[in-house]
Amino acid sequence: MSGAELAVLALALPFAGIAAVVALGRHPNLREAATFATAVTLFLVVASLGPLVIAGERPGADLLEMFPGLTLALRVEPLGWMFAMVASGLWIVSTAYSVGYMRANGEEHQTRFYACFAAAIGAAIGIAFSGNVLTLFLFYELMTLVTYPLVTHHGTDEARRGGRTYLAFLLGTSIVFLLPAVVWTWLAAGSLDFRPGGLLAGRLEAPTAAVLLALYMFGIGKAALMPFHRWLPAAMVAPTPVSALLHAVAVVKAGVFAVLKVVVYVFGVDSLAALGGAAWLTAVAAFTVVAASFVALAADNLKRRLAYSTVSQLGYVVLAASLLTPLAVAGAALHLVTHAFGKITLFFAAGSIYTAAHKTKVSELDGIGRAMPWTMAAFAVGAVSMIGLPPLAGFVSKWFILSGAMQARDWIAVGALTASTLLNAAYFLPIVYRAFLVPAANGHGHDHAHGEAPVAMVAAQTFTAAVALAIFLFPGPAIALARSLAGG
Amino acid sequence: MKGVAAHLPVLLVVVPLIAAPLIVLVRRSLFAWVASIAVTLAVLAMAFALLAQALATGPISYAIGSWPPPWGIEYRVDAANAFVAVLVALVAAVVIPYCRVSTAAELGQERLYLFYALLMLCLSGLLGMLVTGDAFNLFVFLEISSLSTYVLIALGRNRRALTAALQYLLLGTVGATFYVIGVGMLYVATGTLNFADLAPRVAALQDTRPVVAALAFITVGIGLKLALFPLHAWLPNAYTYAPSAVSAFLAATATKVAIYVLMRLYFGVLGTRLVFGELPVGELLIALSVAALFIASATAIGQHDLKRLLAYSSVGQIGYITLGLGLATEAGLTAALAHIFNHGITKGALFLLAGALALRLGDTRFPTLDGAGRTMPVAAFAFVLGGLSLIGVPGTAGFASKWALLTATLEAGRPALAAAIVLSSLLAVAYVWRFVETAYFRAPPASHPPPGEAPAALTVPALALTGLVIAAGLYATPVLAVARRGAQALMGGAA
Repeated sequence: MSGAELAVLALALPFAGIAAVVALGRHPNLREAATFATAVTLFLVVASLGPLVIAGERPGADLLEMFPGLTLALRVEPLGWMFAMVASGLWIVSTAYSVGYMRANGEEHQTRFYACFAAAIGAAIGIAFSGNVLTLFLFYELMTLVTYPLVTHHGTDEARRGGRTYLAFLLGTSIVFLLPAVVWTWLAAGSLDFRPGGLLAGRLEAPTAAVLLALYMFGIGKAALMPFHRWLPAAMVAPTPVSALLHAVAVVKAGVFAVLKVVVYVFGVDSLAALGGAAWLTAVAAFTVVAASFVALAADNLKRRLAYSTVSQLGYVVLAASLLTPLAVAGAALHLVTHAFGKITLFFAAGSIYTAAHKTKVSELDGIGRAMPWTMAAFAVGAVSMIGLPPLAGFVSKWFILSGAMQARDWIAVGALTASTLLNAAYFLPIVYRAFLVPAANGHGHDHAHGEAPVAMVAAQTFTAAVALAIFLFPGPAIALARSLAGG
Repeated sequence: MKGVAAHLPVLLVVVPLIAAPLIVLVRRSLFAWVASIAVTLAVLAMAFALLAQALATGPISYAIGSWPPPWGIEYRVDAANAFVAVLVALVAAVVIPYCRVSTAAELGQERLYLFYALLMLCLSGLLGMLVTGDAFNLFVFLEISSLSTYVLIALGRNRRALTAALQYLLLGTVGATFYVIGVGMLYVATGTLNFADLAPRVAALQDTRPVVAALAFITVGIGLKLALFPLHAWLPNAYTYAPSAVSAFLAATATKVAIYVLMRLYFGVLGTRLVFGELPVGELLIALSVAALFIASATAIGQHDLKRLLAYSSVGQIGYITLGLGLATEAGLTAALAHIFNHGITKGALFLLAGALALRLGDTRFPTLDGAGRTMPVAAFAFVLGGLSLIGVPGTAGFASKWALLTATLEAGRPALAAAIVLSSLLAVAYVWRFVETAYFRAPPASHPPPGEAPAALTVPALALTGLVIAAGLYATPVLAVARRGAQALMGGAA
């Protein structure tokens, strides 16, 4: 098959998966088999695009002329391919995890759950392979809508409230800021194609460019730039597999991916730098990085702490993109990958703790490492990757971002990154310490004997933790791809 | 065949007009239904043929009885009114099959044939308003469509349909009277009623008092018919208490035709220089539109009945159309015409779905709709899709018009209006999510029937129109391209 056909197939597969999941709704085992089959096929299809992309090809296809002169189009480039690899690869892992989690917790509406999950991955592929801003916008909005039923899965009042916040922030920012930004770009450039060097290069004056950049950056609410970050903690009412794959990987990465696409292919790194750049964006991102870390430090609910950690880590990517140096942009692209593996491991572990021990708070985790050694070991690996220490993936991207910040002589950024590293250590290491070194508190009475989570869940988190280690040991291919992005 | 093709402009109006008395004579509901379907399909084919011809060869002029204009009555079909005629015919073709079960359940069988006869009259009146090139003839068709509409609304099951119809009758008559007063003034000042003949004479009179007064009377008169905020008082009750099929047909077509008439009179008769240059009518329209976007949409959120919510939503959505008209640019008119079509099919689909919900669940008040997502999963899901089009989510028809409208406001250098458009969309999110939370987050009450859908006679037309909403959103190029041609025809129509 040609590259173009593979790209279209990759987009179509998850949606075909929805049909299979719905059709097999009455047979849970077959239904989950359909999800697995779709996920594995999707991963293989995306992977088979790799050699083409690495060789410098940009396979793509025009799907449909949506508006006169404006088509829905796919175009696979290195950054999008990396994002698609991460999303489709982790879909397989998280499906294994989901099956364990959803069955062990006796969740209802599982057909809807797996169907929406597939739709969310389809939207992620659409975003990753989007050939122009319109296509990206279409799938971006689709992703918000199909993840809403997942966020509100439990149908409780709390879920409804969380869902309202989720929609209000994500749809609100995309309608009020992002849509006008897209229309404005269309009017200014007469095109919406992503172009190496920047679609808008040389077309805008400094003050207008800054306004447009602000519309984009705050309009892409999925990047969770403060003050539009509150949807992410609100989304934590979802079942944990959703938080793990979607709100640590697919949805939030779609956000920072869109930020990178806009900075690199719409504005152009060099032309944005020439226009006086994005100093304000660096400041906002730096503030987000540090402030979210403080909130995480104070959060006792484990998933809430992880959510704010994600807000902070997404801030790294935006911060890196705003520095506009090749090293930092490469670091941003890398962080998109490394954070995915670290954070999904942490969420998997949180879900395992909930499933096996029914605990959701950090303060309840004393001594849990003895009953759940695999889970807490995986958690420790994820935590160290978040902090950005060797020998884990987080170190690689942080190294690039920090080097980029120093290259740009942006001491605000350097300060924020340093402070955040310390804060990360301050809110993650105590959990590991409690789990393994503090003896379990007796006397609360509600402790019951429990062991590890179901084996599918443990296997999933062990695998992602192992990948986080592998990326540190063999970072070459990822770095090469990321640098090709920064090079134009 | 060539002979028939030449008479399409008049056949478009005459075929449904003749069908009405025929239906009354036969007095059989099945005959009435079959005849109505045949008529609407014929009308739809004719509307498409006229649109194709207008796009290919430019405006078509047809002299009734071969009396050349301005002495005889002229019908004039261009890309703009043929486009709106396609919308009207399309919605009619979807609504009539729906009536057989829906309206029979609401009205009973024995007088059903009268209902179809009225619907044919209404269709004829609306199409006549679109194609006529004569100011007085337009008044006649306005009354034909209005009078039949009053009765159609009064047929609603709830007794309040009677007061709703009376309210509309009073305000509608004021509107029609204002229109005819305005036309009378123009006739006194110029001595002609033909649009094309009027235009140069009105232009020569500049802003003399009769012309300005005529402009004011016509704007208020037609403004009442199109439910221009704040002249929309009749609309919520009329849409709420009318039979389901009537709500769908009227919401999708009646106000849209009135908006087209206003466009035609502004650009084709009174002239842009007077309306948008010397007098600030455009700015006035824009101000009222923005008020509609926010006030009517916010009012929609708090309604206790789904049909009423949709009605207020319509007032708000009409604001988007009149906003495009108020810009008085080609891009603005394109957006307005595109939204006439896109909102027409969207609101038509939503009212049809509301009727399907009402048929199985009893009514459309919010407590009744609790858990509708579980009781009627397909209808509820389709309703959400239609709601997304009201919001303007990409991939739906509503997005295409929103895109066109944003382009038009930004091109015109009016970013504040663009901001108003996107901010008011958030109100649409709120009222659509009112339904989502009712249908999906509440348990169905004990009074609900077991899960299942309405009969296929209702579900299939409603889903077909919903499918069109999505298709017209993903592939919006035809609608936008035709709308642009229509805008060009309107703007060039003054000569």
